Order: sequence, then C-alpha cells, then structure tokens
Amino acid sequence: MSKNVEQNTPLLKVENLKMYFPLTKGFMNKQYGVLKAVDDVSFEIQKGKTLGIVGESGCGKTTTGRCILRIYEATGGKIYFNGEDILKMSEKQFSEYRRDIQMIFQDPYGSLDPRQTIFSIIKEVYVEDGKTHKEKEIKEKVEALLITVELSPELGYRYPHEMSGGQRQRLGIARSLACNPALIVCDEPVSSLDVSIQAQIINLFKNLQKQRQLTYIFIAHDLAVVRIIADVIVVMYLGRVVEMMDANELYIHPMHPYTKSLLSAIPVVDYNTERQRKRTILQGEVPSLIHAPSGCLFHTRCPYATEQCSKIAPELKDVGGGHYVACFNIVQD
Amino acid sequence: MSKIIKNVENTEGLLEVNNLKVSFFTYFGEVKAVDDVSYYVNKKEVVAIVGESGCGKSVSQMSIMQLIQSPPGKIIGGKVLFEGNDLLKYDSSSQEIRAVRGAKISMIFQEPMTSLNPVFTVGDQLMDVIRTHMKVKKNKAWEIGVKSLAAVGMDDPEERMRYYPFEMSGGMRQRVLIAIAVACRSKLIIADEPTTALDVTTQAQVMELLLDIVKEYRASLIIVTHNLGLVSRYAERIYVMYAGKILESGTTKDLLTAPKHPYTIGLLKSVPRLEAAKDIDLVPIEGRPPNLINLPETCLFLPRCPYASDKCRKEKHPALREVGENKHFVACYLDIGENQV
Repeated sequence: MSKNVEQNTPLLKVENLKMYFPLTKGFMNKQYGVLKAVDDVSFEIQKGKTLGIVGESGCGKTTTGRCILRIYEATGGKIYFNGEDILKMSEKQFSEYRRDIQMIFQDPYGSLDPRQTIFSIIKEVYVEDGKTHKEKEIKEKVEALLITVELSPELGYRYPHEMSGGQRQRLGIARSLACNPALIVCDEPVSSLDVSIQAQIINLFKNLQKQRQLTYIFIAHDLAVVRIIADVIVVMYLGRVVEMMDANELYIHPMHPYTKSLLSAIPVVDYNTERQRKRTILQGEVPSLIHAPSGCLFHTRCPYATEQCSKIAPELKDVGGGHYVACFNIVQD
Repeated sequence: MSKIIKNVENTEGLLEVNNLKVSFFTYFGEVKAVDDVSYYVNKKEVVAIVGESGCGKSVSQMSIMQLIQSPPGKIIGGKVLFEGNDLLKYDSSSQEIRAVRGAKISMIFQEPMTSLNPVFTVGDQLMDVIRTHMKVKKNKAWEIGVKSLAAVGMDDPEERMRYYPFEMSGGMRQRVLIAIAVACRSKLIIADEPTTALDVTTQAQVMELLLDIVKEYRASLIIVTHNLGLVSRYAERIYVMYAGKILESGTTKDLLTAPKHPYTIGLLKSVPRLEAAKDIDLVPIEGRPPNLINLPETCLFLPRCPYASDKCRKEKHPALREVGENKHFVACYLDIGENQV
C-alpha cells in the first residue's frame, strides 16, 4: 500500500474528526442528547514521525485513536491514510489497510489471551493473513520478532501470566509488528510500568522507529513521556484540540492556559527547579461532557476567561511555526 | 544504625521503625517483602518512601498498623516505636492497636474506588471512624464529619455526607479518604500512592490539600510513591527501597541532587523529565527487579548495577553507611560521586 506515496503527502491526515455517542435513557433507549467525545479534531503525521496526544481522562484521546482504526465508526470527518479516506471504505476494502494500522493497548495483562503461548499469540497473525506459510518459516519469523523486541526466543513456549509487565508490553509490541504496519496507535503503552522498565520500553519504541521507519500515534497522560518520544504534540481537553505544537515547544512556549496549567501541575523531578518555580493550580474538576460548558470548554476553569469565552468557542489558529492554539486570550510570557 | 536509634530519646521523634522484617510464606517459599528496614519520622515531618512495585514500600507501611494478612504474611522481627510504645508487641486485633489505627495513625490508600464501602454513604463511613475513636454521640459525630469534609475543600459538605461513593468523582473520593484520615486528628498520616489514580490537575489539588491539612493539624506524613516528581516537590527526607531493603536515605535535596547509590542514580536517569532538554536519551536500568524468593547473599542490586566491582560480587549485601553530612546513608561499597549523574 505504500507504493505510490508522494514525499509530501502525510501518512495520516485526520480532518474534522467527530465521534458522537448517543445518550439514551429508559426502556426504549430514547435518545435525549449526544456526547461529543471527539469534536472537530484535525491533525496530520508524516511518515516516520510520532504524534503525541495528551490530556486528562475523558478528553477523547483514546477515542481518537480508536476511530483511526475504525474500532469506532466515526460520526463525521475524514481520515486519510496514504491519501485515501479510510472512513469511506467498505469493511472489505478497509480490511486491506487493517494490517498497516496496528494498535498497542495500555493493559498488557488484558490484551493477551491467557490460554495461548507467546508463540501462538504471534503465530496467529501469520495464520490469519491469508497467505500460506510453512511451519518452519513461521517459527523463524516469530523468533526473529521476539529478538527484535529484546525478548529471548525461549519465552515463546511460556504463557502471558509467566511474564512481567515489561515483558508483556514487549510482546504486545511484537504482535503489532508482526504484519509490518506503517502506523501504530499506542494507547498509554507505558503508563502501567515502573520507571526503570518504562525507560527500557520507551527506548525500544524509539529504536524500532529508527530501524523500520514506523509512524506512531502515542497516546498518554504523562506529558514528560510524550514529550520525549513525540515530534508533534496535540493537547486535548473535553474532546477538542486546544493546542498543537512541536514537542520542543511544549515546555518552553506553552500558550494555551490549559497546557500551562497541566505543566504547572506536574511536579518536576529536578529538585532546584521544583522548589523555585511558581505553580498555578486549577480549581474545580473537569466538567462532564453530558452537560458540556458553552463557548470555550475550558472557560469554567480558566484563570484568564472573559465574557467572550463563555459564548463563542475559539478556533484552532496558527500562531506561526506549526504552533496552533485555540484561545482568545493568548498570554505570552 | 546507631545514629537512628539515638532518636528515641529525641523529643522530636514520632515514629521509629527498627530492623523490621516481614515475610510472606507462599507455596514457592519465603518471600522477604521487607528485610531489616529501619527508618524514623519526626513530628511535623514529611517523609517519602520511594521504590518500584514489589519493593516492599507498601508492606513496610501496612506492618506499622499490623494490617498484613496472616497467613501468608508474618512480621518476623523488629520494633515499631510510636510515641515510645512498641506497636508490634500488641496483638493485631487487640484493643491497644485498634486505638492507634485510624485515630493516631491513619492511612490513605491508593484506590479511592475500592477503599470506600459502596453500600454506605460517605457520611456513614466518616462517622464510623469518628464514633469509634472519639466516643461521641451521633449528632456530634455528624458535625465533626461535616467539618472535616469542609476542611478538605468539599463544597456543600452537609449534602455530600449523604452521597454514596459512586456518586463522586475520583478526586472527590480521594478527598473523602483524606477527610476520614484526618477526622480524628491523627498524629501520623500514611499516604500510599495517594494520587496515582488521579488526573494531573486533580493530583495537584489533592496533594496541595493534603499538605495544607497536615501542616494545619501539625501531623507527620509518610508519602509512599514511585513518583519522583511528587517526592521532589513535597518530601523533606527520602528512603529509597529496592527488593525489601532500604538502599539509600537522606534529605530530598541530597538524594535528588547528589545521589550515591547506583539504583537511585539509575532511577533518576530513567525518568523522562519535562524540564530537561528534549534530546537527552533516557538511560534505563537494565534487567528487572529480582524475585524475592531465594534472594542472593550479595548486594541485591548487583545484577543490574553498571558499577559493580569484584568486592560487590564477593561480599554480602552492604549495610547502610553514612556518607557526607545531613544523615545521608547509602548501602553500597562503592563511592560513586556526583560526576556520574
């Protein structure tokens, strides 16, 4: 599928993606509203790059990832993969693309079949691909994959419960690599791991990207993790993109008040920096999407909110250098 | 250890744990979850116990109040001196220990979802603690309950008393747990991963609140966590645990700016940092934590240690020794300086 890709076409381009869930009640499931889990999200990624999506729970980051794989059928918008709109395709047409887009899940415990050995979990991919493979060939391939993710091939005869969290996450990566994907959607792949193991997995992700020209969508709530792996970062709040920028810009020039408060809320490890800096802590909690605020969704908690903010929703505007912000009162400091 | 023991006479001391050993006897053998751990907490002090999962940080805290399930768990030895009394000499279901639990020492658990009872209202659970320890009438307990909910920044506390846990968000539930913990004005609050399940902005709110309350009530706080950022922000002293042992201890400043143990150094190098330049690569600690059954006699960190020397391979696990000033202790034979960080 990657034959006729021009240099400048992004591998993935998401335009005005919308995912609305109906809100129903009662015995007859009468619909009384919609929950806008993802509303008007647009971004693009070039081949070999990583796009990070960050935000707090319920911000729609996972839903966005799932729409890209068509696990959820999006309500509206377009998703171009190699220039073709995958949302318009029939299920059959899309099945060809399924191998090119893979997903790695957050929970390495829940996403592996406990009754299958490691070997057969990965083998499944080759059995299901419609081509005939010799048993020996499959074995070689699986072993090579295990080595790629730095697992010993002897582990192939073990079961998932015999492995540690880090090993299981490596296995999840191996499985997603089995059909040579172009794009991997990684949904919180390191958040359940310990610090020392987390660093190993992050480095593995980076190395694999270099070797195989992989493109990642990296979904996480940990800004520090996303920043270290991503090239471009999308910050989401209640289903909308509030800021999109180069990963280097994130810590140096955050512009949206929400991004700023996120950065401020995370305690940094460096002792001197942490004890000297001033923090602004947001009041209140993330509002429910069922009763979403009017205008800018963030205005209820925003320290800079004006009257305008509660009436009109700001659009994502380019402020130069590939930095997009959705805010009326951009404060530069 | 002699330096630590001295603190008993010190009027500043509140809690002192000496040579605590806790094991779990499983089908596969004895799991030494906490092995010869000593630490102390002074009055009005905020201390952090840092380590990765399975290092024994939670077990070491649960043992203080004898909350270890037995069998399979057992406190094999050691002393837990709280205000001069050894808590371990009491039976785990005795009157004495029950008078301490929740009243003098209280614990905030990691999962606000599972540590509240789903079939009782928040008020019931709050009043339960108050009535058990303060011996007050129901209406008085209600008043105290409302006050402590107000103290944790809950708006409309009267109404919230009638809420069930499922009607509240994660952040609110964690506030309720804090309210329960501080309702009886405990002298020591142990917060076991207090904010791990919360979102970043809520996490900041809850931590600030907890610290304010601890300060106001002149209590001491032990934060058990794996989050080094949290420690850097709030703790005064740190104990680093690994495989059931303390590997390094000292002031937060010393440990984070001039760590001496290879494990602490490794941890600090493997955390992704927001504040550092982006292109710095993470340096992970190779390998993984040891299985706590049949631990070797040698240094527990040896298999993962990049600095290991011949001495480390021959000798037993090193005892904590003092390096520098400010009670900086490290369990390592080597002298690894700042230049390695």
